[in-house]
Amino acid sequence: MLDDFLMRAALAGVGLSLATGPLGSFVVWRRMAYFGDATAHAAILGVALALALDLPVGLGTLAVALAMAVTVASLAARGWAMDTTLGVLAHSALAFGLVGASFVAGLRTDLQAWLFGDILAVSRGDLAFIWGGALVVVALLVWRWQALLTATLNEDLAYASGLNPDRERLILTIALAVVVAVAIKVVGALLIAAMLIIPAAAARGLSRSPEAMAVLAVAIGAAASLAGLQLSLWQDTPAGPSIIAAAAVIFALSASFGKMRRS
Amino acid sequence: MPGLHGGSMTQNAAMPLIAAEHICVRFGGPEVLHDVSLRVDPGEIVTIVGPNGSGKSTLLRALLGIVPVTSGRIARADGLRLGYVPQRLTLDHSLPLTVRRFLSLPIRVSDGAATAALARVGLPGVEGQQMVGLSGGQMQRVLLARALLVNPQILVLDEPTQGLDQPGEASFYRLIAEVRKDTGAAVLMVSHDLHVVMAASDRVICLNGHICCEGAPRVVSSAPEYRALFGLGTQGALALYQHVHDHDHATPHDHSHDHAHDHGHPHDHHPEKEPHSHA
Repeated sequence: MLDDFLMRAALAGVGLSLATGPLGSFVVWRRMAYFGDATAHAAILGVALALALDLPVGLGTLAVALAMAVTVASLAARGWAMDTTLGVLAHSALAFGLVGASFVAGLRTDLQAWLFGDILAVSRGDLAFIWGGALVVVALLVWRWQALLTATLNEDLAYASGLNPDRERLILTIALAVVVAVAIKVVGALLIAAMLIIPAAAARGLSRSPEAMAVLAVAIGAAASLAGLQLSLWQDTPAGPSIIAAAAVIFALSASFGKMRRS
Repeated sequence: MPGLHGGSMTQNAAMPLIAAEHICVRFGGPEVLHDVSLRVDPGEIVTIVGPNGSGKSTLLRALLGIVPVTSGRIARADGLRLGYVPQRLTLDHSLPLTVRRFLSLPIRVSDGAATAALARVGLPGVEGQQMVGLSGGQMQRVLLARALLVNPQILVLDEPTQGLDQPGEASFYRLIAEVRKDTGAAVLMVSHDLHVVMAASDRVICLNGHICCEGAPRVVSSAPEYRALFGLGTQGALALYQHVHDHDHATPHDHSHDHAHDHGHPHDHHPEKEPHSHA
């Protein structure tokens, strides 16, 4: 069944959603949206470096995304004005990535695939990388779930319970870098943050517990992936943006349903 | 507890639950805390008061190990079970969280224990409510319930009654006093008011970068002039703290230490002008 490119694409979308659901929930709870953007944009630079040095692209994106995520996290810990710092880092990373890409022969032509994803061209190897990365992220988050939630709620409360909020933040930083490396093939560097935030935000109005929100975000992400693929086949639209558009429609429905229920 | 020695620490033979020995704290700039020593013994209620910026919360955070000390040391009894009630919980609306789920963070507790803890703080049946929907007073009680679930030897509360009105404050203090009576847990608390503290406090410590004075509170109901001010609604839960400083020198000072007559007046100690040893 993996011979069918459509089946591979569907599995890639579902695999990515497994990781973006719970991680995206933390991004929403901790207001890390811009943080996700900066890390994702840095991935383009990773692609350019990997291709220039003849290294695997997954490794390049993972390394550069990790470097960016750790930089941002340590600047935040030193009390930099995060809104401005993240704005500077996110856009500079993208600009340097695009400038770097122009020097790499093979990248000039299919740059769009890295910016907006190329889920229909996912190979078996890509699929293994996506699922492997997603399962690592899910395992990390499940393992640290209680501590992560406590540190998200209140850092002093976490300290008083003998936890180290810095360590939990590092776990999320690593998970974010892995997701970026995994997601770039599916939705592209520009839309990774959207894949994190929109399904989780859509799940919020329908959830009464953090666990329900994370699981629902996985379901919404997977549904959006399948709907976006369908739209892409049917109307020949770009697959990555179609997936995000489908997620945005689900968000709008969820938000108006939530409003109706409250009134 | 090895290494716990010196000065006032040896006056009481019992082991303190938690003690600070000559600690100093600075964050880059001038010292926030200078040479602060205090201890909390089992079953005691200790209230820390001080003006804004006096380092009260920093002292509490240093005792909890959140803020590193630049000198001195913090000693804790081995395996100390500590229940912490933070100043406030800023809840983001994006996080759905029921009271029941909150009580299981980070250590999962049984439904029976959660129900009992909520009943103890006077909030039976709120398990299914969302945390963001709680009132200020309910939130403080839920935070207290969570702190009680570790079966604490000491409860540490950072300005627990901030944002509550006076009846709310009095009833929260009565609850703390009941909990202490039931469980025998010591209580270490920071109060936001310089003059009005929990009546059941065994000791009040006035902090302004260093420890200015220390003493017993005077119960409000015994002071007719303040009974008139606060009415009878507090049922003796609130007390006045008169700042009678225990100075070594007997000469008169240019500022009054009895702030009790002067509500709303800023606390005008000048540690650098008038360094006084607390020992």
